[in-house]
Amino acid sequence: MRLEANKLRFRYDRRSPWVLDGVDFSVSAGERTAIVAPSGFGKSTLALLLAGYLSPTGGQVLLDGAPLPKKGLCPVQLIYQHPERAINPRWRLRQVLEESGSLDSAVLASFGIEAQWLDRFPRELSGGELQRFCVARALMSGAPFLICDEISTMLDVITQAQIWNRILAEAEKRGMGLVAVTHNMALAKRVCTRVFDLEKREYLAL
Amino acid sequence: MKRHWNRRRKVVLYTVLMALVVLAAFAYGALIPESAAAPDFSQAKLPPSLAHPFGTDWLGRDLFLRTLKGLSVSLTVGVAASLISAVAAVLIGIAAATGSRAVDGVITWIIDLVMGVPHTVLVILISFACGRGLKGLLAGIALTHWTGLARLIRAEVLQLRSQPYIAVSRRLGKSSGWILTRHLLPHLVPQFFVGLILMFPHAILHEASISFLGYGLPPEQPAIGIILAESMKYLSAGMWWLAVCPGLLLVAVVLLIDRLGENLRRIVDPYSAQE
Amino acid sequence: MNEKKPLLEISDLSVSFLMYDGSLERSSLQVISNLSLTVHPGEILAVAGSSGSGKSLLASAILGILPGNASVEGAMRYGGEPLTPERQKVLRGGEIALVPQSVAYLDPLMKVGRQADGHKKPRPTAERRALFRRFGLPEETEGLYPFQLSGGMARRVLVSTALLSNARLVIADEPTPGMSLDQAKEALRMFRDLADEGRSVILITHDIDLAFDFADRVAVFYAGTTVETAPAADFRRGPEALRHPYSRALWSALPQNGFTPIDGFQPYAGSLPAGCLFAPRCPLRTAACEAGTPPMRDIRGGEVRCIHAT
Repeated sequence: MRLEANKLRFRYDRRSPWVLDGVDFSVSAGERTAIVAPSGFGKSTLALLLAGYLSPTGGQVLLDGAPLPKKGLCPVQLIYQHPERAINPRWRLRQVLEESGSLDSAVLASFGIEAQWLDRFPRELSGGELQRFCVARALMSGAPFLICDEISTMLDVITQAQIWNRILAEAEKRGMGLVAVTHNMALAKRVCTRVFDLEKREYLAL
Repeated sequence: MKRHWNRRRKVVLYTVLMALVVLAAFAYGALIPESAAAPDFSQAKLPPSLAHPFGTDWLGRDLFLRTLKGLSVSLTVGVAASLISAVAAVLIGIAAATGSRAVDGVITWIIDLVMGVPHTVLVILISFACGRGLKGLLAGIALTHWTGLARLIRAEVLQLRSQPYIAVSRRLGKSSGWILTRHLLPHLVPQFFVGLILMFPHAILHEASISFLGYGLPPEQPAIGIILAESMKYLSAGMWWLAVCPGLLLVAVVLLIDRLGENLRRIVDPYSAQE
Repeated sequence: MNEKKPLLEISDLSVSFLMYDGSLERSSLQVISNLSLTVHPGEILAVAGSSGSGKSLLASAILGILPGNASVEGAMRYGGEPLTPERQKVLRGGEIALVPQSVAYLDPLMKVGRQADGHKKPRPTAERRALFRRFGLPEETEGLYPFQLSGGMARRVLVSTALLSNARLVIADEPTPGMSLDQAKEALRMFRDLADEGRSVILITHDIDLAFDFADRVAVFYAGTTVETAPAADFRRGPEALRHPYSRALWSALPQNGFTPIDGFQPYAGSLPAGCLFAPRCPLRTAACEAGTPPMRDIRGGEVRCIHAT
């Protein structure tokens, strides 16, 4: 399977400047690619486009040659930088996980999600713990492509290592395609096999 | 000392007081025999005393009991009108926030229109047009009070729709209907109740003033407005208690409901939830 | 190391909050416990720790801007004199400046150029313009309002604001997220310049690898207390030079080092373990660790709160 962006152009409306101007990018199942660039270059916008949260103004986002589905479970799942915004604050965490399908106890165990947390509300947990829920939710949906938008930027290094090691293990097991948006080159090199520099529009040699 | 009267305790206190008021008002019909409030000319025109806390009127009826009965009518009318209004407000608010731009535009225009007319005038006109009486009163109050809450609900839903977790839900395959019932409505329920409670005082006061002006309930139904209207005739005769006592009770009840609603609103509003 | 008199001394600071725990009851939450810290003139002290460890609250405590339901115990001294609330009011914004986490701290109705100039200088200064240029902010930035800035640009404006002030102590609360590596290094280089001029910087961050390169000393925070304070050089050398098991775990978890994490999470303020706060996750744990909070000991030129440290 292959997820690609062809000559992708995007701006919010006709009066705004172009955020992305003709970007080409691709990632296949089993590959892990990082997207790096300083802030303001549209990394998050590219992530949103690749996961189908935004529609391109020009160019296309294709999955195996076809555009992303507008309804139903999207095969490309996105994890946000701020987990507290990606979770309904009035729901219990069990409901949050069940939104992606039935609970997979193996995934929950590997992320260290304890049973007693499932009955809690989001405000009772820390950012690191909530992020585990967001990652678990994305993985349990069974989507073959995962886009991680600065998911560990707000977390401490130990939690970062914990979460990424588990993601890598799952991705390897299922042959998923992984895109990691980050500004941390050390992390990009450690996690991914290729690095795409959005500013220079080229793949860097590792 | 002040630490003890935090907001949550205040809510509990007000709720208890409110429950007492409601109980008193409605228990009247059940527990107190007709005879206690019947006309008794030997007791006519007495000022407040221990036997008659609100005094008696020109027919010798105990004013306290009569006021309680009136309160029950006012409360019932208030609740009914508020409920109709609140439900309409929620439906209209959701329609505006989830519908097309055209629908939103029309609804917002209607809201601005209704809010632009002084609403006491509008209530009178509507109840007059509906032929006065209870039906006219309910219609008048309900058709004018939905606007504030509708605007609030519309703003809430618009803001909720832009939250990332709604987008996530869609990408996980959930339909709009599912998102409406599982994500949006639970957020709106507290706002609905708070809006409802804050509407009661308005509705009750409107009922009182419309009935006072003669456009509302018929004089046989002793709503507080009627009681106050009748008392006007006797003010110059020096029977001040006929107006002051029911009036004060009305003000006290309305204030109580308003304080309850305000405190609830502060608890529900997430920005002030850190206390 | 530095024989000069400390600029800021914090001893045994504890901060707790009265909070609602979801029911109608209020309870007390201990967010900072027994924290001791010293900052010398001309030094950059990095405070490293994960979110929820209480490090941002430290900044608020020093400035005296904690929320109303906070209670503070312990002693703070600034310039040798006790730091009372009245003194805090006089010093903050002047001698003690804050580089805050978000642009929400700026006046939303004032253009950022004017805000960076400060209240006392109505005309745009060459110094401020040069600083904006060094940070790679385009000319027009000075005419923008805070809400028009992107995250990274906002951070650079906030850092400039503090650099331009005459503060003797600058507290920078997470100044680097959102900046590119070059911009972050530029910002830290400027803090270094400030320190070299004799001023002091407290750098609160969870980008520990950056902190190691620019700071003089690093204080490691865990669950509201300092577990180790050591010269930054020790962190560059590697885990053998570090004293506390948590500092070693932090080092090993960095992607450029082992990327190997230890298990577990930082405990919440509401459920702190008895005894050493790190004990539940510590590979060196013994029964003695649960007996009580270990005292700070001086070891090999640094301080550490661990009974097993060498």
